[in-house]
Amino acid sequence: MEFQSCVKIINEWDIVAARQLGRNVAKELGFGTVDQARITTAISELARNIYLYAGQGNVYIDKVYDAGKSGLKIVATDEGPGIQDIRKVMEDGYTTSGGLGAGLPGVKRLMDDFDIDSTPGKGTEILATKWIR
Amino acid sequence: MNQLIYDFIKQNQDNILNEWTEKMKEKADERLVRVVSDQMFTRTSREFIDMIISNIESDNEVFTGKLTDFAEKVVRLGWPLTFVNEGLREFNLIVFQGMQANGIVTSENQMDIIYDFDKWSTPLSNEIVNIYARTWEKTVSLQKIALQELSAPLIPVLEGITVMPLVGTIDTQRAKQIMENLLQGVVKHRSEVVLIDITGVPVVDTMVAHHIIQAAEAVRLVGTKCMLCGIRPEIAQTIVNLGINLNEIVTKNSLKKGIEAALEITSRKIVEMEG
Repeated sequence: MEFQSCVKIINEWDIVAARQLGRNVAKELGFGTVDQARITTAISELARNIYLYAGQGNVYIDKVYDAGKSGLKIVATDEGPGIQDIRKVMEDGYTTSGGLGAGLPGVKRLMDDFDIDSTPGKGTEILATKWIR
Repeated sequence: MNQLIYDFIKQNQDNILNEWTEKMKEKADERLVRVVSDQMFTRTSREFIDMIISNIESDNEVFTGKLTDFAEKVVRLGWPLTFVNEGLREFNLIVFQGMQANGIVTSENQMDIIYDFDKWSTPLSNEIVNIYARTWEKTVSLQKIALQELSAPLIPVLEGITVMPLVGTIDTQRAKQIMENLLQGVVKHRSEVVLIDITGVPVVDTMVAHHIIQAAEAVRLVGTKCMLCGIRPEIAQTIVNLGINLNEIVTKNSLKKGIEAALEITSRKIVEMEG
């Protein structure tokens, strides 16, 4: 699959650029305002995780079509330290940075499909998709 | 500057300009064509050539002034830097090829002329890049200042009631400022209730929520009640989805409701005058 557009996350303002892009694509696809807010928030969380834990990485925003429905797919990749215990980070309230610990489980609830793949020492890839109802 | 090159440019000024304009039009990408009209393009090209020629004729200071003017104008017009640089390179190429065709460049003096060309064009392109960079830096620093100015004001609206309207993206830097201004202002204005209005905040993610929770907690510690206003319906839904617990904070959907509630807390109300 070809990626539509990509935002490189290096500093805090790239997070804003990423979610701006996400909002535009969501608007183009015809998502309602609530879903637009969900998508931008999810992108914000994923991009901030890259910025906080990996230092740098990429966020790809992609339009996807499957069996007559269309949706928006976010792919967040980095070559950071990876996640030791994926089950633990998906628990509400677990944090290593003094935050709220709601980021990843929150993204899972904000989006429809969620997939996480991480190798300690190698990096992390997170896929999240939202379908138009 | 080599006399040979200078004479050639001087004599063939119009030819060079025509050829150059043709070539550059081909190279111009769509983005440029859209912002620049044909007339504008020709006029600016003419200016560019004039400027290059004046570089050969006049001393350095006059030229730098002209170059700065030109670069600032081009930046304002939105011409990409690569295009201007390409223009300079193309100009050199046309002049050189023209000289070759006219037999001015021979295999003997070839190296000298190339060297002269380089000596003349490198500072020129450096200067262009420099001015571009300076203009951008200026824009960025101005915007930074503008952004800081609208950062986080605390406004006393009524005795004991203050409002902090937040507009735009909240990053770590701003979050820090919000916290500082909030606490200082609350103490200074002796507020009983402080309202944080987030109508203008586009995205409330866990970081923003975390900062708001911390600010509210700190405000509570200095003995003031904190209220969160302007939560739009879509923001409310994302907060619920994220699973953020805002139970500790009183929330209202608009600043108006917030002020009414604040008046109630301070045992006052707005009454309509009779008569």
